[in-house]
Amino acid sequence: MESILEIQEQQSKLKMTPAATPSSVLNNFVPVSDDHKIIARDINAYFGKVQALKNISLSIPGNSVVAIIGPSGCGKSTFLRSINRMHEIIPGSKITGSLTLDGQDIYQMDAVMVRKRIGMVFQKPNPFPTMSIFDNVAAGLKMNGMRRKAPLKEIVEKSLRQAALWDEVKDSLSKGGTSLSGGQQQRLCIARTLAVNPEVILMDEPASALDPISTSKIEELIYELKKQYTIVIVTHNMQQAARVSDFTAFFYLGQLIEYDETKAIFTNPHLKQTEDYITGRFG
Amino acid sequence: MYSLSVLCALLALTPLALILYHTLSLGFSALNWDFFTKLPKPVGEPGGGMANAIVGTLILVGLGSLLGLPVGVFAGIYLSEMGRGKFATVLRFLTDVLNGIPSIVTGVVAYTLVVLPMKHFSAYAGGAALGILMIPTITRTTEEMMKTVPRAYREAALALGISQWKTTLRIVLRTALGGIVTGIMLALARAAGETAPLLFTSLNNRFWHTSLGQPIASLTVFIYNYGVSPFDDWIAQAWAGALVLMFLILLLSIAVRIATRSVHYER
Ligand SMILES: Nc1ncnc2c1ncn2[C@@H]1O[C@H](COP(=O)(O)OP(=O)(O)O)[C@@H](O)[C@H]1O
Ligand SMILES: [Mg+2]
Repeated sequence: MESILEIQEQQSKLKMTPAATPSSVLNNFVPVSDDHKIIARDINAYFGKVQALKNISLSIPGNSVVAIIGPSGCGKSTFLRSINRMHEIIPGSKITGSLTLDGQDIYQMDAVMVRKRIGMVFQKPNPFPTMSIFDNVAAGLKMNGMRRKAPLKEIVEKSLRQAALWDEVKDSLSKGGTSLSGGQQQRLCIARTLAVNPEVILMDEPASALDPISTSKIEELIYELKKQYTIVIVTHNMQQAARVSDFTAFFYLGQLIEYDETKAIFTNPHLKQTEDYITGRFG
Repeated sequence: MYSLSVLCALLALTPLALILYHTLSLGFSALNWDFFTKLPKPVGEPGGGMANAIVGTLILVGLGSLLGLPVGVFAGIYLSEMGRGKFATVLRFLTDVLNGIPSIVTGVVAYTLVVLPMKHFSAYAGGAALGILMIPTITRTTEEMMKTVPRAYREAALALGISQWKTTLRIVLRTALGGIVTGIMLALARAAGETAPLLFTSLNNRFWHTSLGQPIASLTVFIYNYGVSPFDDWIAQAWAGALVLMFLILLLSIAVRIATRSVHYER
């Protein structure tokens, strides 16, 4: 663990006002480093007048899995959606602060470009109902102008293999994407995201609508994907966070309460609030 | 309760059955090959057909679609995807007003806008009148159907780095296509069955039209003219014309259904 001094140094780097969010600063044990994949500084997000995120500062190392936990409505999804600029599509929404991807300001980049580099998997599997399995995976590429059959086929197969779905669907690629089971649909959505070749994958409770077997398949998948991608996963399930992630951030009422290595959060949390949550005493 | 609703359903279907029966029994006898291939004969001469009117109706509906389809569909897309402000509210209101205007008034409008400047009746004027009539139905069904597409699909597309515009046209519009096509078919069928606006615009023509700038025959105007005539063979041909019109619409609906079915997968 870092000393208090280091943490204070980290505070000044973050240019945060300690008085505003004392807990989130004092318990942010993953120090910012310039080579981190994503760095969020002082993110405030609003839906109209409702403030959903308060001064969130979070640094996400590359090729790691960061889990975001916390009770319903604490802003987990909102934070995830501020990373790939999906927050701004909601009418009346607003966001302040700074977010960088490899040091580049995400909010200075073209939103479409950001979303190609930062993919997203949603809570409910949502394959396009008008498209075949093949077209679902190829959608991102096709609609951005890729026409040639051979490379498309290659990428579709590669993505389906990465999503551990190839063997189950290789003989029915022209069937509708929605004809698959829920767990298969979610892996199809993961394949669809991988096909665009992102650097970061955001997952918003990707297994919460799935049965235990499908859930464990998704978890295995996350473990595999971490070798090539940076993954931020929101989960309701504490065991899942403990199993798949390297770092865990605990959110509560729109604030970051504690952020640390997953091992530390689950064995030796610094705050009583964190401990109460992970042991199931509230939330 | 159940038997009551069955009864009401039967009651609602009765007029349809009566119309079908009546048209079939009175019109079928006048139907023959000549009806589809020959021009109308002058008064007093037996036989002849309505080939020019069948083609004319198709042309008029086609011309109307050229105007009504793009305007209706894009207005519907606008209202569904971008329509939040005052302008959209006004547009929505105007569409409803347009829907309530009697078709004969639309005919007069097309007369003023197209016939008077061109100084003669024409297929273009008829097409314009039918096109205007199609717009409100197509606009509102497009809007409603686009709105039924769950947000999840829009978000999935945007999150893949697909632009807003492509998401609207290639994901949302395509997902809503089945419902939109139904609305378009309703609008086309209604337009094909219009008579009043055509009396002011495309008028009628007992011969083949030579250009779209000329008056053109249509089944409905022929049905109207022949139906009120004192000649028995003309009246029978009017019924035959009604029968052909009904089956044209039916065929068109089936063809479009089959053509658009292929883009939808079973759930
Ligand atoms: N579309 C929205 N409009 C208004 N308020 C919203 C919207 N989405 C979320 N919120 C509010 O923002 C807060 C955070 O929501 P969210 O990020 O979805 O929480 P979580 O994912 O942790 O359950 C909640 O109070 C919620 O009511
Ligand atoms: Mg959520």
